[in-house]
Amino acid sequence: MRGLSVIQIQNLTKYYGKTLALDGVDLEVEQGEVFGFIGPNGAGKTTTLRILLGLLRKNAGKVSVLGGDPWRDAVALHRRLAYVPGDVSLWPSLSGGEVIDLLGRLRGGVDQSRRDELVERFKFDPTKPCRTYSTGNRQKVALIAALVSDVELFILDEPTLGLDPLMEAVFRDCVAEVKRAGKTVLLSSHILAEVEALCDRISIINAGTIVESGTLAELRHLTRISVSVETAHPVTGLSEMPGVHNTRVDGTRAHFSVDAGAINRVMEHLTRFDVLVLTSAPPTLEDLFLRHYELQRGESAR
Amino acid sequence: MSEFSGTGALIRLILRRDRLLLPIWIALPPLFVVVVVAAFVSLYPTAASQQMLAAQIVNSPGLVALLGPVSAPTIGGLTAWRSSIFATVIVAGANVLTVIRHTRADEETGRYELLGSGVVGRRAPLSASLVVTLGADLVIAALVTGALVAFGLPVAGSVALGLSFAAIGWTFAALAGVAAQLAESAGVATGIAGAIFVLFYLLRAVGDANEQSGQSWLSWMSPIGWMRLVQPFAGERWGVFALFLGAIIALIVVAYTISSRRDVGAGILRPRLGPARATPWLRSPLALAWRLHRRTLLVWAAMFAVYGVMIGYLAKTSADLLATNPQLANLFAHFGGASAYTDSLFTLSLTFLGWMAAAYAITATLRLQSEEVEGRVDHVLAASVSRLRWATSDLAIAAIGSVVVLTAFGLLAGLTYGLSTGNVGYELPRMLVATLAYLPAIWVVAGIAMALYGLVPRLSFVSWGALGAFILVELIGETLQVSQSILNLSPFNQVPKVLVSGVSLMPLVSLTLLAFVLIIAGLVGFQRRSIG
Repeated sequence: MRGLSVIQIQNLTKYYGKTLALDGVDLEVEQGEVFGFIGPNGAGKTTTLRILLGLLRKNAGKVSVLGGDPWRDAVALHRRLAYVPGDVSLWPSLSGGEVIDLLGRLRGGVDQSRRDELVERFKFDPTKPCRTYSTGNRQKVALIAALVSDVELFILDEPTLGLDPLMEAVFRDCVAEVKRAGKTVLLSSHILAEVEALCDRISIINAGTIVESGTLAELRHLTRISVSVETAHPVTGLSEMPGVHNTRVDGTRAHFSVDAGAINRVMEHLTRFDVLVLTSAPPTLEDLFLRHYELQRGESAR
Repeated sequence: MSEFSGTGALIRLILRRDRLLLPIWIALPPLFVVVVVAAFVSLYPTAASQQMLAAQIVNSPGLVALLGPVSAPTIGGLTAWRSSIFATVIVAGANVLTVIRHTRADEETGRYELLGSGVVGRRAPLSASLVVTLGADLVIAALVTGALVAFGLPVAGSVALGLSFAAIGWTFAALAGVAAQLAESAGVATGIAGAIFVLFYLLRAVGDANEQSGQSWLSWMSPIGWMRLVQPFAGERWGVFALFLGAIIALIVVAYTISSRRDVGAGILRPRLGPARATPWLRSPLALAWRLHRRTLLVWAAMFAVYGVMIGYLAKTSADLLATNPQLANLFAHFGGASAYTDSLFTLSLTFLGWMAAAYAITATLRLQSEEVEGRVDHVLAASVSRLRWATSDLAIAAIGSVVVLTAFGLLAGLTYGLSTGNVGYELPRMLVATLAYLPAIWVVAGIAMALYGLVPRLSFVSWGALGAFILVELIGETLQVSQSILNLSPFNQVPKVLVSGVSLMPLVSLTLLAFVLIIAGLVGFQRRSIG
């Protein structure tokens, strides 16, 4: 059973001059979910989000946010959503506290106790002039300003950029709370692990096109684990095993990637050579893309 | 010498980044000198007419205070007199901005981190910007000297005048180098250099105006005064250049000393902490615009007020002088009498003032663009604020700000002069009306900036070019015979000279309408285009 659509994008196209930035993007975000929007730098994530905010004009396609047209109904819609830009630039002469209050008020009001709580949780000093803040601290200003607002939708563009791991954990807690309160979050990122930890569904964008969409489980077919292993005896017969790819054997060391479904069998096989060291890494975004294009090539060859 | 390593590479970087700006500010002073010489040659061809003009100038303390005295009643002397202050403003301003742009501004934005992590010494950015400004200043000196010699003026005087431009320019480059070490923000550093410029200008103005009463030592305290004290075309005093050199060396030593001791990104003046919470009124785009503009506006208003007091005071002294000197009064009767003389002094200062106020209006209007380019507008427009509301907030501050700065001048000039003549009730309203008559023209300039920003944001800077063109039209019109249709291109030319010829409403109404049309065109364009 699917919920109501908070964001609907169909065949969205955007040109910067003659450069095609978005080439028919389709996206649907439902009420109450945390939606991950991932892709490499320059894939079109920020462009899509800025169109959703009515900052950029689209060239073609249909876009609806909270049931309205983001370009036409910007002012009314923005009372119901909060945005954290990817590259947070602040007024150098204003203090962090002033910016938080100002942005909260421009959106309709600030809950003082919630504000104090967030300032405390993010360990943020609101008295410094913004010009003295580091990237991470500027990011905190934008995050706190967004999270103090009582809105239905949060649009976050790479929100953890510049945050240290502790603050990243605080951020994840905040997103979880927001979700529990029944609010919707659209989160763009180029870090797969972050999206995996937070999101119900994801879309992957590359070069202005959505290449995959679905729940993480649905996208498992794309994920492979990369494994490095050191054994007492040289490994043999690995590359012939089903589900094993990109095998490189160098004496007693071997590197390969393996489909999630084939892990068990491969492990059994490896124990025969007496495993000394084994490290595995979750798939990176790059792996995902490589895998995606391999699949595509396979299909078109068939 | 590791503190200087990388200077060469940084020089090339500056030349690359400033490849458009540099030639423009190098070309302006020589162009202006050519226009001035050509004007004097055609308007005052005989020695007698040159002497009469020089006598007129020397005997009007107002003009002497504004532009300094004439050292020699010749084409060379008059050219030096007319061009020095203008060249000082351009050359000193450009030197200050160039040095701060490539030192403190880079540090403030973090661009320096990228460079500093490479093989770049701590003193390299300052050294590179000083080398580039010195080079540019010397090119200006050479071009000015060449132009003057080409007009057949004495070589020694031509060299002295050209070098004096370079000397004042580099003095302010070195001064900006120190200011860049003191403040953490480029804006504050520029403000420090600007305030010192105003101080030096005022020292020179008071010193020059009161030379007879033995206060010329004040002019000796000011590098801007030294330019005149070099006496180009009047028995050049080359020793004065040693003063420039001494000051420059001292300033550079101070700047290097501080730069070797402080942290990257830090200044000597520590920024104060801000409030942890915003004041209750900071809750609208208008309040934000006011919060961001107010300090700049205050500084401009203070500058205009000081200028007003100075002009009011000078008008009084000039009027006194005319009263005790019947011969001179006769001369001015020719132009309309003593009161007409003070009125034309006011009118002349208003011309300068109008340009300055227009510059303020452009700066205030183009805040919109810097907010967009820096990405700060995203926060505001992603909140529940319409584009129209955001843009009109800044425009309102720009429009009201220009009223404030003009009023500051008009009030204080009228008050100072009125108090000294004992007729405040008459002088104050007249001065105020004459000053405020410039508003519609200033709004037209702001309108041009808004129209460009709204319709073709990439060309917003052309509004500065438009202001420059208007000033050039005025300057040429002042000295050369130009057809009315060219003069009419400048909105300033439409401003009624209230003190001389009374108020006429028509031009004020049409200028205001034009400003409205431009602003609305800009707003319409802005609402239709993408941001960023």
